[in-house]
Amino acid sequence: MSSLAGANPTVVPAAMSASRPTTRAGAVAASRTDYASSGQLKAEVRGLNFHYGQRHALKNVDLPIPERTVTALIGPSGCGKSTLLRCFNRMHDLYPGNRYEGEIILQPSGVNILSPSVDPMEMRLRTGMVFQKPNPFPKSVFENVAYGLRLRYVKKRSLLDEKVEAALRSAALWDEVKDRLHQSAFKLSGGQQQRLCVARALATDPEILLLDEPTSALDPIATSRIEDMVFTLKEQVTILMVTHNMEQAARVADFTAFMYLGELVERGTTSQFFQNPQNELTEKYLTGSFG
Amino acid sequence: MAEVTDLIRARKRQDQIFNIIGLVCTFVGILALAVLLFDLAMDGLPRINWQFLTSAPSRFAHKAGILSALVGSLCVMIVTMATAVPLGVAAAVYLEEYAPKNWFTTIIEINIANLAGVPSIIYGLMALGLLVYGLGLKRSILVGGLTLALLVLPIVIVATREALRAIPGVIREAAYAAGATKWQVVRYHLLPYSLGGIATGTIIAMSRAIGETAPLITIGALTYISFLPPSPFQAKPPFVNAQWLDSQFTVLPIQMFNWISRPTSDFHHNAAATGLVLIVFTLAMNAVAIYVRYRVRQKLKW
Repeated sequence: MSSLAGANPTVVPAAMSASRPTTRAGAVAASRTDYASSGQLKAEVRGLNFHYGQRHALKNVDLPIPERTVTALIGPSGCGKSTLLRCFNRMHDLYPGNRYEGEIILQPSGVNILSPSVDPMEMRLRTGMVFQKPNPFPKSVFENVAYGLRLRYVKKRSLLDEKVEAALRSAALWDEVKDRLHQSAFKLSGGQQQRLCVARALATDPEILLLDEPTSALDPIATSRIEDMVFTLKEQVTILMVTHNMEQAARVADFTAFMYLGELVERGTTSQFFQNPQNELTEKYLTGSFG
Repeated sequence: MAEVTDLIRARKRQDQIFNIIGLVCTFVGILALAVLLFDLAMDGLPRINWQFLTSAPSRFAHKAGILSALVGSLCVMIVTMATAVPLGVAAAVYLEEYAPKNWFTTIIEINIANLAGVPSIIYGLMALGLLVYGLGLKRSILVGGLTLALLVLPIVIVATREALRAIPGVIREAAYAAGATKWQVVRYHLLPYSLGGIATGTIIAMSRAIGETAPLITIGALTYISFLPPSPFQAKPPFVNAQWLDSQFTVLPIQMFNWISRPTSDFHHNAAATGLVLIVFTLAMNAVAIYVRYRVRQKLKW
């Protein structure tokens, strides 16, 4: 604990144009984040502390989330990456004894997501979330995707059909399920179920898509399909993704942040982060010395 | 080498010995039920015919029947189910999904567990004091049904809570993450997914209630009822009425008790036949419960 504090958890300040074009990897990163570097922030975490009862799970976290990019959170188990993700849609409010301090500012409105005056329900309506294990409802494929729309009292059949198809196409699932929209979602394979969960999250046009280790229960082929999909999706939506897999972060993320023991140690463009980590701890983690 | 085979043989013998003991223990229960059924069937089966099922009780054993008890049991069951299921399910949903975890809800939970252990005659006394003397209700089908509803309420609550707990947390989180309210989660997910468990619990509660005698005797269910409750249907609008709720009644186990306390063996045969009908009802309800549970498990594999 104390050694970590001594290690000065450098938070690379909004390193949007910090990639060095002189290195080979930097050139790749530049092409990857060009449009992002000129873009706006979608959200900004400022001085966030989070407590599960007595346990101080997030410590002074600062993290900018640029709009329409993929930000990956990596770190060893229990480092707080999922906890941070679940602050964005106030999932912690479901359980007693949890406490937030600090703020997550949502742009362009400038609203603090964590403010007690913000209804957690509102944040959940404005974000979409995909969980570690595929968790479709025991309903038909169609009803799964239409769920968020039904919560909004969308009744018009044509609108439902249109939105469901669009969401399934965005999740790269439409061609596989268009002939069995009214069969049980449980009949799909694990990878298809997870993409169905993505479609369910996308159907309501969320502002931020939260992915909590979305491929940890999937085989490599299903994983790569999800990764391809995430890569395409960032044109529509800002994505914050927790992953236990560093290669995955390197493959799909524009920005990567490393968390350790509840602190955000380092954050930068993915190429800079992996090629030239600024913090000793990050470097140790990336080279497999611990974690 | 020989030692090892000896050792194995000795241990296998232990295995076989326990196997036999276990088998005997299992058969004690099954055998008791078989003997009971056989005995009842020997005495009662010859007595079961259309006349027996469709006649009112009579002074003459061969003219007597169980129609009024059968209808009485059915009516009481309807009241019991209509009361116990909504109350029990709502209480269970509250305790599982809404209630904060504090000393108050802990006391409630402990008391529900205790409620299941209260002797049934105590419920009869409570119903007599509260419903008959306190609220001034008649000793009617309504009071009988309400009494049994209180009796089986803990069964419905426990079964529903277990069904709710079997629903994975990630399903709840998925629904909440989409922006659902608590009620929407309960209404569109938890209740539909736990329907099988609720149905099973309800049927088991009903099969318990149909055999209960003591609380109904306490509130004064009569042993000699030769009439049926008034029909719930009428020619004039609104075409239905609730007068049957106010009717006096008897139920199968009370009718059985009545006949068995008579001196002549003819009436004992009637009692055995009634017991047979009662057991068939109970077993049939349990069979339905098992089938429902099987179907639900097939459909919802988490």
